[in-house]
Amino acid sequence: MNILRKKSTANLPFSETAIELFIRLCGISSILFVFGIFFFVFREGAGFLFNGLDVKEFLTSVEWQPTSLNNKRYGAFALIVGTFSVTILAMCLAVPFGLGAAVFVSEFCSPKFRETFKIIIELLAAIPSVVWGFIGLTLMNQLIIVVFKAPIGLTMLNGGIMLALMSVPIIVSIAEDALKAVPDSYREAAEALGATRWQVVYRVLLPAAKNGLLAAVLLGAARSIGETMAVLMATGHSVNIPSGPLSWIRTLTATIAAELGEVARGDEHYQVLFIIGILLFTITFVVNLIADLVIKGIRQE
Amino acid sequence: MNTDIQVSPQEMFTETPIDRQKRRIEGIMRVFLLVITSMMILPLLLIIGYLLYKALPVLSFEFLFTNPKDNMRAGGLWAPFLGTIYLVVVSLLVSAPIGVFAAVYLNEYARENWFTRITNLAVVNLAGVPSIVHALFGVGAFVLFAGLGESILAASLTLAIMTLPVIIASTTEALKAVPMSFREACWNLGATRWQTIRRIVLPNSISGILTGVILQVSRAAGETAPIMFTGAVFYKAIAEGNLFAYNIMEQCMALSLHLFTISTQVPDVTEGIPYGTAIVLVATVLLVNAASIALRVYLRTRKKW
Repeated sequence: MNILRKKSTANLPFSETAIELFIRLCGISSILFVFGIFFFVFREGAGFLFNGLDVKEFLTSVEWQPTSLNNKRYGAFALIVGTFSVTILAMCLAVPFGLGAAVFVSEFCSPKFRETFKIIIELLAAIPSVVWGFIGLTLMNQLIIVVFKAPIGLTMLNGGIMLALMSVPIIVSIAEDALKAVPDSYREAAEALGATRWQVVYRVLLPAAKNGLLAAVLLGAARSIGETMAVLMATGHSVNIPSGPLSWIRTLTATIAAELGEVARGDEHYQVLFIIGILLFTITFVVNLIADLVIKGIRQE
Repeated sequence: MNTDIQVSPQEMFTETPIDRQKRRIEGIMRVFLLVITSMMILPLLLIIGYLLYKALPVLSFEFLFTNPKDNMRAGGLWAPFLGTIYLVVVSLLVSAPIGVFAAVYLNEYARENWFTRITNLAVVNLAGVPSIVHALFGVGAFVLFAGLGESILAASLTLAIMTLPVIIASTTEALKAVPMSFREACWNLGATRWQTIRRIVLPNSISGILTGVILQVSRAAGETAPIMFTGAVFYKAIAEGNLFAYNIMEQCMALSLHLFTISTQVPDVTEGIPYGTAIVLVATVLLVNAASIALRVYLRTRKKW
């Protein structure tokens, strides 16, 4: 077949060669775009990153005063802590629900219910982040004020719940794939030995699918780290090292979204926002890469 | 070793305490997981119900077809709604061909080697890039470098790149579903690779590709962060009822950004209008999504091979 193909590409008409070139170009476009994203974000922030920004201060100081007149400070530590703390809180809420639902859908329920549930999960995933932010601003805000007697409901808890709801669909669908990838012979062998369904899940499936489940959690976390509008609207938006779920925080993403509109192109503050972008890109890139390697690892087994 | 343990058939099938405990745990876990699972259905219904209840006073056709008034404190959604349509259509025109052909390349042309692996990795990572980083990219590449300025075109291109992985992923699925024997039969008749793709592979997977394209529309319609700094504007008045009121090189309003603006930046907005905006946005996105799901379910029932 290879010979055939080679022969047929040798004397192709021009239009055919052109379209093949176009297809190849589209094929590598994703690579170009990923590099392009890094390049262009880097390009805007590079000047200040290599010439002027105290990187140590950027990563460790909590003083974020980019608009101060005589004492400009670019310490993003509180923002980094904000991003990670709200992500961890979201994962604490989303992981039990996500994995539990994935187990139920793939092992316990009837095929009909499974289809319905998957559609619902898909619809849940489709709700735009700005709507989640709006729900956080209105419904969840009042709920937290009433339940926790907090003065303001726009807190890390609020943002965490919103992020949890947004990342649960990803966790469910990837975890379900991972459980499905476990061969049926494993289940049959365990059941033949007299194990109940739950014992099969607990003793056989979870250990066998643990890499895939880990990937599901990682991708859910990556989604939470990168989420912008929901945390911008729901977390109170004040630079602050959180002391508990009811404290206000601000994340890396929210900072860019809130301040990019107010800076002049090319000044230090503008460039710092792009440097935050580089940081975010790097974090999510690494998390995604790890998740991908974990998934690849399973497939090779 | 003593193998003389005698078990009568009756004893064998009666429940021991261990069995009973096993069964109890099984029952508890089953209920527990069912509760967990149904608790995820709840927020969807709750949210839509809540938004709908709050938005009911303002919802009407007029709401959809009038511009925002009084510094966005009153009025309708015409300008943002039309803006969203513009952004979605233009981004679709860019991302659909690139995405479909990228999937064609990955599925029909690429061999199993390191380069293909890197390409696939790039697709995965492109999907994982935070939306606000896409916004920064859009500012750096389209608004400034390409000189498009803040315009519908720049915002749409940003959206297109952001939603590209959605189309690539679902098109790949659709192409994979076309049996290899179809292609082989076509090659054996002397068709070239492109002829095979054009006449056999694409027509047989067109509906699967379509679901991906529809999904892209729903993603693009809901995004806020990537368009905030690349082309969407807080307020812009346009002619009501004129579908061609926007110029592609100018800025536009967008539903998602409008919701953000009136719920956080504008004081004293008429009660109900933000909820109305939210429900219009959610309804648009969910209807588009439901169309994609319906198409998929319909396809599954009438697969030819």
